[in-house]
Amino acid sequence: MADNPQSPSVRNRPLSPHLGIYKWPITMVTSITHRATGVAISAGMILLAWGLIALASGPEMYQPFVASIVNPIGLVVLFGFLWSLVYHFLNGIRHLAWDLGYGFAVPTANRTAVLVIALSALISVGVFGYGWWILHGGLHA
Amino acid sequence: MSLETPLHRVQGLGSAHAGVRHFWRERVTAVALIPLSAWFVVSVLLFVGKTEAEIAGFFQHPWNGLLMGLFVLVSCVHMMLGLQVVIDDYVHHPGQRIVLLLVTRAYTWLVGGLCLVALLRLAVV
Repeated sequence: MADNPQSPSVRNRPLSPHLGIYKWPITMVTSITHRATGVAISAGMILLAWGLIALASGPEMYQPFVASIVNPIGLVVLFGFLWSLVYHFLNGIRHLAWDLGYGFAVPTANRTAVLVIALSALISVGVFGYGWWILHGGLHA
Repeated sequence: MSLETPLHRVQGLGSAHAGVRHFWRERVTAVALIPLSAWFVVSVLLFVGKTEAEIAGFFQHPWNGLLMGLFVLVSCVHMMLGLQVVIDDYVHHPGQRIVLLLVTRAYTWLVGGLCLVALLRLAVV
């Protein structure tokens, strides 16, 4: 049995790609994230509608809206909405460039994928941080 | 040699270019949303620390009311088109797909309607 020449080669055969063992290229990550953030922004739009209705309805509706933002859960949701919007914005520009025929080469697409992820994190943290700083007194703190 | 069917040739209608309508509308709304969403994020960022009256006053300004109305409307069209693609891709059961597409449309009209009514109330107060 040990001399069976077939058994080692059977074990070393390459496996066909399967989702469970497939190493995701970064372009695949950015693609599915574009969809996920699009759905997340869509869900968040009802919160924007709530905010505008609250603002138009006076303090008795506006105060609870503000209170629901300025607490840990509200801030997490707000940051999630902001990051989703920034990511979808940046990656959307990437998609529009592809539509015009630019940036299709694999190394380019990989580089712009990293760029979009990094910039979306940088911008959303920057915007959120600026808001946080203003809320806590800004220059007068 | 033509690949047209005899029926197609006798009708003589040619392409209606309707097949790319969804694709084009998604791209055109995407381009319009570049300046509109950037304006929206910067505006909301500047609301931090402002009073209710100051924020309401912002939307009472005609240009801000117009830009916000456009942001909401164009977002809703883009949202409806985008969600439709996601549903078309992942929901294979025809009945479920139609129900989800109808729910998506109802949700879009609800969001858009609520935002526009609120903006109008702010504008006429």
